[in-house]
Amino acid sequence: MRAWIERQRCLIDFSVANLGRRKARNLGLLGAYILLVFLLASVVLYGDALRREARLLLADAPDIVVQRLSAGRHDLIAADRLDALRALRGVRRADGRLWGYHYDPTLAANTTLQVPLVNPPGPGETVLGATLARARGLNPGDTLALRGDDGAIRAFRITGLLSSASELVSADLMLVNEADYRAFFGIPAGFYTDLALTVGNPAEAGKIAEKILTRQPGSRVILKDEMRRTYDAVFNWRQGLLLTFLGTVLAAFALLAWDKASGLSAEERREIGILKAIGWETGDVMRMKFWEGALLSTCAFLAGYVLAYLHVFHGGGALFEPILKGWSVLYPKFTLTPQIDLMQLASLFFLSVLPYTAATLAPVWRAATLDPDEVMRE
Amino acid sequence: MIFQPPALALLLALSLNALLMAVAGVFAVRLLRHWNPALASERQIALERQSYLVSSLAGLSLLVSLPALALFVYTAERMAPFFTGAMCAVGSLNANAWGWPALIGLLIYFFIATAWLSLHHLDRLGWDYPLIRAKYRLLLLLAPGAVVVASLGWLYFLNLHPEVITSCCGSLFGAQSESVAAEVASLPAAQSMAVFVVTLAVTLLVGGVHLVTGRLGRLYGLLSMVSLLVSLSAIVAFISLYIYEHPNHHCPFCLLQTEHGYAGWLLYPPLFLAAASGMGVALSTASAGKDSLKTLGPMQARRLAWVSVLGFGVFGLLVAGYILRSNLVLIGA
Repeated sequence: MRAWIERQRCLIDFSVANLGRRKARNLGLLGAYILLVFLLASVVLYGDALRREARLLLADAPDIVVQRLSAGRHDLIAADRLDALRALRGVRRADGRLWGYHYDPTLAANTTLQVPLVNPPGPGETVLGATLARARGLNPGDTLALRGDDGAIRAFRITGLLSSASELVSADLMLVNEADYRAFFGIPAGFYTDLALTVGNPAEAGKIAEKILTRQPGSRVILKDEMRRTYDAVFNWRQGLLLTFLGTVLAAFALLAWDKASGLSAEERREIGILKAIGWETGDVMRMKFWEGALLSTCAFLAGYVLAYLHVFHGGGALFEPILKGWSVLYPKFTLTPQIDLMQLASLFFLSVLPYTAATLAPVWRAATLDPDEVMRE
Repeated sequence: MIFQPPALALLLALSLNALLMAVAGVFAVRLLRHWNPALASERQIALERQSYLVSSLAGLSLLVSLPALALFVYTAERMAPFFTGAMCAVGSLNANAWGWPALIGLLIYFFIATAWLSLHHLDRLGWDYPLIRAKYRLLLLLAPGAVVVASLGWLYFLNLHPEVITSCCGSLFGAQSESVAAEVASLPAAQSMAVFVVTLAVTLLVGGVHLVTGRLGRLYGLLSMVSLLVSLSAIVAFISLYIYEHPNHHCPFCLLQTEHGYAGWLLYPPLFLAAASGMGVALSTASAGKDSLKTLGPMQARRLAWVSVLGFGVFGLLVAGYILRSNLVLIGA
């Protein structure tokens, strides 16, 4: 075993020296390799972190949301349905929610007005999402004036800002109390935007949803699990689509690697010829070339991955942000939590190192089987 | 549903694997027809040279088979939330007709691949290509195998539809099911445990005898495979129950989840490694009949036996640890 390790160590030493002798060519290939790993790893890291973030946020979402549909469109729902829902076995709590969108011409963007279920602001007061406040240049104590559905201007005094920790969901949020909300949108008492249910046992949510649909036809029932699945599917799809496009980059890189490995210079051919003449076997030359590839791959993989990590978790994933996150005028600023797992690394390895290795095998073999006699005569 | 990184990575790896193995398979046919080391013809020299390339191609593609197997199970596990009714990888695999064939195909492929790698290593040890025909005959089995496995992978991922209502592990391993898995799950815990302990002990004992005397290598190979099957049955019959601390939860896939401390990722690798190296012990022992491997074959068998015995030992210790730590009382309650 020790002899084997010693042999590999010598081969590695030789390979490193070999790589160093052809710096320009190898640095070019290394640069392309790092770029490939960087692009692939950025997509994977960013998508995974977003999915995780969405899952954490949805942990606080209601188990079931019931909406009324009118001619296939979301409509206001009558408050008297709440009692029927509360009476269903397994439902622990049912609340009416009030929320809606208001187009703000100053920002040319939609803001979300919502009535919080607990601690609503006082009359004429509001609490703003951090992004919205930033975009309008507002601070606590300032007044925000908006034109309501009846055309009248209503002023809201800002009593506070929502914490930036919740910015992913609160970017464009404006919290007001129930009376202000109803007056602003002209919604009569006894109606809600939708109804939120909390169930005792989440495993029963599906059954409860079935009962709601039977007893209140014309409703749309949304389960928390469905929301999570949809978010997962959306992020997966965006991530996968981007990776598929990057497949062209991968193919180009594999061609480059093939070309670089095939194009042996006269000096290299002579070198291999001499090595074989002094007793190296085909297998030894292949092992040496294998180590060259392995060293290059390891360096590229590590450098590319670290750069992608910095890009995603410290640089906000600027390159892929609009594609993976989606886009909006009031865009939330949030920091993603770094998350690395073994299978993520395995996926990246399969997507980058494996094609490189496969592309260089045949040229490496061709180099290793050169006839020393023939090469030295050239 | 193929648009997700692990699935794309897996399909790329399986497709490359199939491509490389197809090339290797064509070469294997040529080699088996024309190989004659007694001749110094141009064709023979070309075959010898090309065998280096093909061995490397096959070696690379086969080395990919183990991470591919892990990635497939991981992807199935990760997709479970997309299917109504799925709680773990079982639900995802049940989501269409290709899930289980793909998993079983990958498992079989992994074991044949490790057998090929053992033969290849032994062949390289000898000076006269002692196992080259056996090696390339096995490659004739592996090459179509790689194409089948890749096709199954594509069929599985392309035919996944999120609206499908699938069944969870509870129904596959439940008492009402008539599957083999349910039969195994319904085995009485005490008897299963006895069979598991005796099989593992006998395997380790024979492994010990082989390490000391160099004999019983073939028997050890056979026992390794028996131990693998018995251990997998034991995981379903009682080990999983102790880990979940639940008398009716038999799923061998939920063990891979975070909430069970990734127990599966600790248990399966040493078990599979031990069984694969055990098979290598039998092959290495059998190869001692060749002149150039008379001494090298048994040496290789001994090395692999160490790995295998260690693997089974670690697996046994882990199982004992999980059972002792568990709050579940299955026997003598």
